[in-house]
Amino acid sequence: MAENMRDIKRRISSTQNMKQITKAMKLVAAAKLRRAQEQAQASRPYTDKMREVIASVAAGAKGIQHPMLVSRPVKKTGYLVISSDRGLAGGFNANLLRSLTKTIKERHQSSEEYGIFAVGRKGRDFLKRRDYPIIAEVTGISDSPQYADIKSIAKQAVQMFAEGAFDELYLVYNEFINPVTQRPVQNCLLPLAEVETEDDAGIQALYEYEPSPEEVLEAILPRYAETLVYSALLESKASEFGARMTAMSSASDNATEMIAKYTLEYNRARQAAITQELAEIVGGANALS
Amino acid sequence: MSTTQLDIVTPEKKVYSDQVDMVTARAAEGDIGILANHAPFISPLQVTAVKVKKDGQDFLIAITDGFMEVHDNKVTILAETAELPSEIDVDRAIAAKERAEARLAGKKQEDLDFERAQLSLQRAAVRITVGQSR
Repeated sequence: MAENMRDIKRRISSTQNMKQITKAMKLVAAAKLRRAQEQAQASRPYTDKMREVIASVAAGAKGIQHPMLVSRPVKKTGYLVISSDRGLAGGFNANLLRSLTKTIKERHQSSEEYGIFAVGRKGRDFLKRRDYPIIAEVTGISDSPQYADIKSIAKQAVQMFAEGAFDELYLVYNEFINPVTQRPVQNCLLPLAEVETEDDAGIQALYEYEPSPEEVLEAILPRYAETLVYSALLESKASEFGARMTAMSSASDNATEMIAKYTLEYNRARQAAITQELAEIVGGANALS
Repeated sequence: MSTTQLDIVTPEKKVYSDQVDMVTARAAEGDIGILANHAPFISPLQVTAVKVKKDGQDFLIAITDGFMEVHDNKVTILAETAELPSEIDVDRAIAAKERAEARLAGKKQEDLDFERAQLSLQRAAVRITVGQSR
C-alpha cells in the first residue's frame, strides 16, 4: 500500500510540473498575441494607403490593363502556405494542412498542376514528407516578423505569376477572427480582384503620373501583392498565439482536474493504509491478551 | 509659410508624420520638390535620401523601394524601409558598402548578382549619407 501511495504522489508532482509549464506558455502566448495584434494594426496604414493609390490609378485611368488584374485560364496554381514553426497550438497547423490537402485533391489530378511555397517549419515538414511539390520555403521567422523575412519568397511567388509560371496564386493561412477562434482560409491573391474604392469616383483627384499611369501600376501592383502576403503572415502569427493560448489554457485546466483526482486517490490510499495499520495493531493486541 | 502634411509609412510602422515646409525626393524622372498645395502626383521613388525641410531646418531620411503620393496637401511616402538619421548604424552601412563593392569587382555586368550588388551598394551609399548627416 505504501508503494501505491508513493506512486500517486509522484504522479501528482509530475502533473504539477506540467501544469506550471503549460501555464507559463499560456501567459507567454497571451503577451505575444497582444504584440502580434499591435503589429498587424501598425501595418494597416501601409496596406490601406496602397489600396487607395491603386484604386485611384485604376479609376483615374480607365482602360489600363495589367496582367495582374486579368484572370486567365488556369493551367497551374500556386499555393503560398503560412504555417507555424512550433507546435503545441492545438489544431492550428493540422486544420490548415487538412484543408489544403483536401482542396488540392479536389482541384488537381496530378502534382504537375500546382506548386507550393511553404512558410513555417510545420507546414514544410508535413508537405515534404508527403512529396508535395515545394518550390520555395522559409522557416525560422521570428515571433514579430519583419517585412524582410517574407520579402524574398513573396517576391518569387509574385514574379512567377507575372512570368506566367502560375495562372493563379492562393494564400493559405489561418485567419484571425478573435483570440479563441481561428479559421483556415484560402484567399486568391493573384490575379488581384477588383480593388475597391471607398470614396466615390467623383472625389477622385486627377493625378499627375510620373512616368505614366501604366508604369506606376506596373511598379506598385507587385508590391501590393507582397504587402498582402506580409499582412497574411502577421495575421497568421496572431492566430498562432491565439490558438496556443487556448490550447495551453485547456491543458492547464485538465492538469488541475487530474491533480484533484489524484489527490482524492492519494487520500483514499492513505486512509486505507491507516485503517489497515489500526486493524493490525488491534489484531495483535487481541492475540496477546 | 504654409506647410504640408508628410507621412512616411513602411509595412512595419509609421516612421514619420508631421507638418513640414518642403519635401525633396528623386522621382522616376528626376528630383522633385514638393511645397504646400502641390498638385496631385504619383511616382515611384529611386533609392535615395529624401530631404525634408521643417522650420527652416533640413534633414534626410533614407528610403528604399519607395513610392510617393501627393494629394490634398498631404504627401505620403510608402517605402519598404525608411530610416531616420538617428536609426542608422553608419559603421554597418560602410561595411555593407565595402562588401557590395567587393562583390561588384568580381562579377560580370550581365550577372544577376551584379544587379543585386549594385542595388545594395546604392542602398548602403544612401544610408551612409543619411547617417552622417545628423
